[in-house]
Amino acid sequence: MIPEIGHFSLIVATALSFLLAIYPLIGAKINHPGMINSAKPLAIMQFLLMSLSFAVLAYSFATDDFSVGYVATNSNSLLPIQYKISAVWGGHEGSLLLWSLTLAIWTAAVAVFSRGIPKVALARVLSVMGMIAIGFNLFILLTSNPFDRTLPYLPLDGNDLNPLLQDVGLIFHPPMLYMGYVGFSVAFSFAIAALMAGRLDSAWARWSRPWTLVAWVFLTAGIALGSWWAYYELGWGGWWFWDPVENSSFMPWLAGTALIHSLAVSEKRGVFKSWTVLLSIAAFSLSLLGTFLVRSGVLVSVHAFASDPARGLFILAFLIAVVGGSLLLFAVKGSEIKSRGKYGLFSRETFLLVNNVLLIAALLVVLIGTLLPLVHKELGMGSISIGVPFFNNIFFYMIIPFAIALGVAPLLRWKKQEADLRPLFKQLAVIAVASIVLAVALPAIFADKIKIVAVIGFALAFWVIITSALEVYIRATHRHSFASGVIKLGRSHWAMVLGHVGLAMMLIGISATQNYKIEKDLRMLPGDEVVFADYLFEFERIAESNGANYEGYEAVFKVSKNGKFETVLRAEKRNYLAQRGMPMTEAAIDWGITRDLYIALGEQLKDDSWAIRIYYEPFIRFIWWGGLVMAIGGLLAVSDRRYRFVNKRVAKAQ
Amino acid sequence: MTNDVKKKKQLMTRLIPLIVFLCVSIFLYIGLFRDATVLESTFIGRPVPEFALNDLVEPELQHDKSVLSGKPMLLNVWATWCPTCYSEHKYLNELAEDGVYIVGMNYKDERKKALKWLDELDNPYKISLYDPDGMLGLDLGVYGAPETFFIDSKGIIQYKHVGDINPRNWNGELKAVYEQLK
Repeated sequence: MIPEIGHFSLIVATALSFLLAIYPLIGAKINHPGMINSAKPLAIMQFLLMSLSFAVLAYSFATDDFSVGYVATNSNSLLPIQYKISAVWGGHEGSLLLWSLTLAIWTAAVAVFSRGIPKVALARVLSVMGMIAIGFNLFILLTSNPFDRTLPYLPLDGNDLNPLLQDVGLIFHPPMLYMGYVGFSVAFSFAIAALMAGRLDSAWARWSRPWTLVAWVFLTAGIALGSWWAYYELGWGGWWFWDPVENSSFMPWLAGTALIHSLAVSEKRGVFKSWTVLLSIAAFSLSLLGTFLVRSGVLVSVHAFASDPARGLFILAFLIAVVGGSLLLFAVKGSEIKSRGKYGLFSRETFLLVNNVLLIAALLVVLIGTLLPLVHKELGMGSISIGVPFFNNIFFYMIIPFAIALGVAPLLRWKKQEADLRPLFKQLAVIAVASIVLAVALPAIFADKIKIVAVIGFALAFWVIITSALEVYIRATHRHSFASGVIKLGRSHWAMVLGHVGLAMMLIGISATQNYKIEKDLRMLPGDEVVFADYLFEFERIAESNGANYEGYEAVFKVSKNGKFETVLRAEKRNYLAQRGMPMTEAAIDWGITRDLYIALGEQLKDDSWAIRIYYEPFIRFIWWGGLVMAIGGLLAVSDRRYRFVNKRVAKAQ
Repeated sequence: MTNDVKKKKQLMTRLIPLIVFLCVSIFLYIGLFRDATVLESTFIGRPVPEFALNDLVEPELQHDKSVLSGKPMLLNVWATWCPTCYSEHKYLNELAEDGVYIVGMNYKDERKKALKWLDELDNPYKISLYDPDGMLGLDLGVYGAPETFFIDSKGIIQYKHVGDINPRNWNGELKAVYEQLK
């Protein structure tokens, strides 16, 4: 009976999304206050029903209700409770339900926290979000219902879950990503609503901006978390694999990054409006495309055999309706977008535009790299595989102009260029030299070779950091002394600085690990030692290590550098009893600011020796710290005083 | 330029994203209905890549590419988490009894489970490679399990079959492919 409640509330939620999509929109057209005001309660009710539906599915998992087909295929009675709950979104049907719930959360949030926005405009925005909800809810109900019963032949216990999917990473990673993906639906809806009404003014950009930033923060944190988890848990010592699933989260991120910058220009200067609208459409469309690619099995993956063309066809039809429809609207109504204002060649607008274009170029590279294998095959040219080197090469060449422009842009004025650019060029020349010197000096500290590719990466990072520092100094000393001026800088200004410094940190991390990482597969007996990257690894002993719920082995390594003791690393291999003999590699990681040492214990070999993998990863933490710093920057920007209605939300929460 | 012509030109510019998107959609549409079982690998006609993998049954034994040449054979990629592999396994046993030389590659799996599986369902594999990280799978362009590579006596991959091998497709076409290897 209980699963039917979930199914029923999903149906009612779908009916509400139909109402939300139609009723307030007509109200806005004929200017009927009652119909306009209905948007908010509809959005909230839709959210409550979706929550109920999701809670019921979670309850079915928690209570092992195997009469529900989806529960039986994705969980079993022996699974620990946290995996039972995360298994709710571990499969196709449940992850779609999570998608829909996330959309309902965003819709309700926009309805509740947008009091500064005229009701008519808000009604249109919520209607557009209702239209998206219709598509997803129908998709779930018609092709992927998680509440389908297995009656009358209900299984006694559920299936074994693919061990690859049994992981803590699965608990947090997808909801974070979905908050980001689906969050771009808000920017999308604002843009579409503005196009419908033919009113694209600076107010529209100001309303849309905080929502877009929050979505971007979620996506940034979600991607960084996923990358960190892959490094920590998979035991390959890698942090990004360019696989289609990763790419489909990276593409909306690139579009979203371009969008938050473009929105800033549209709000402040009233230019780039067409471009901003297009990016708003693109960011969400790419989220949908990502969902299509991952969920339809069109890009062959491990899940390809489970895929059902009917499902893929539904998403594709939906994708064409949403993306095609909005691009058509953009083409037809775009002429009403008026950008006022002109700007000079060496103005901040130009440089922001350059970087926007570069971000979109990067996006197209990822898109092509992800889809080309598909297109190529259909054109009858056989299979090709586009691998890591393709992406790495192209991204290397694109990051150079990108980082240079990124350093310069904040130093330029809005609108017009300085009458005399020579002082600026002089400063930039000094910074360029300083960056290169530092970039050559850095590898000298931790490595014995100086690699040109790494030096370029470091130089770009220092360039961004020093230009950011200079910009802060100039801005702070504009009217005050440095100390009092620095305090007066707004949060959104610090947001920009953090965003850029975060990128620079990532550049340092990426350049260092990609060029100076050392990886060794060894066969070692206790007592053996190995030296690399100045570190001496002594395999001291191997011992049984049994915990309350596992049996395993622990390899103890003593690590020293230049004769000085550094640390003891304990790499483990555990067999969890509760998890039906699933071996887990607990890599031993000695983390540090300048390097990680990483040991993974492999199989025992015949002569009592063990397969051991040791990695030396210089500066790898900078990659995730950089992501974190960027995300904090995004949060600071949202909390800026300008977004009054967001301040109200904070005030209410306190 | 008159105003009308200018407007028309602007409209055309704004239509570009839509046109690009529609082109992409066509490929997505075709991709949806492509028969997933006839995917070819980039490696068709090329020798097996270099690898070093441990034996599934005897962990201390290491194999390299030399085990994948010398006679016509099938390289079957399987895993215990793959339901299709389960249904395929029975037929592989029959083929092995008929004298088809099959090498197994246990893909992204756990040794313990895999051994239990072979114990319970019989072992059709002359040699079992253990690829827990999917490293050889990556080199071979494996998309999922089950997949079967047809390798001739010179160690050159001649054909790749995605999906399970069953009496229908074996007698239909795969048998002929196997016999051509000789």
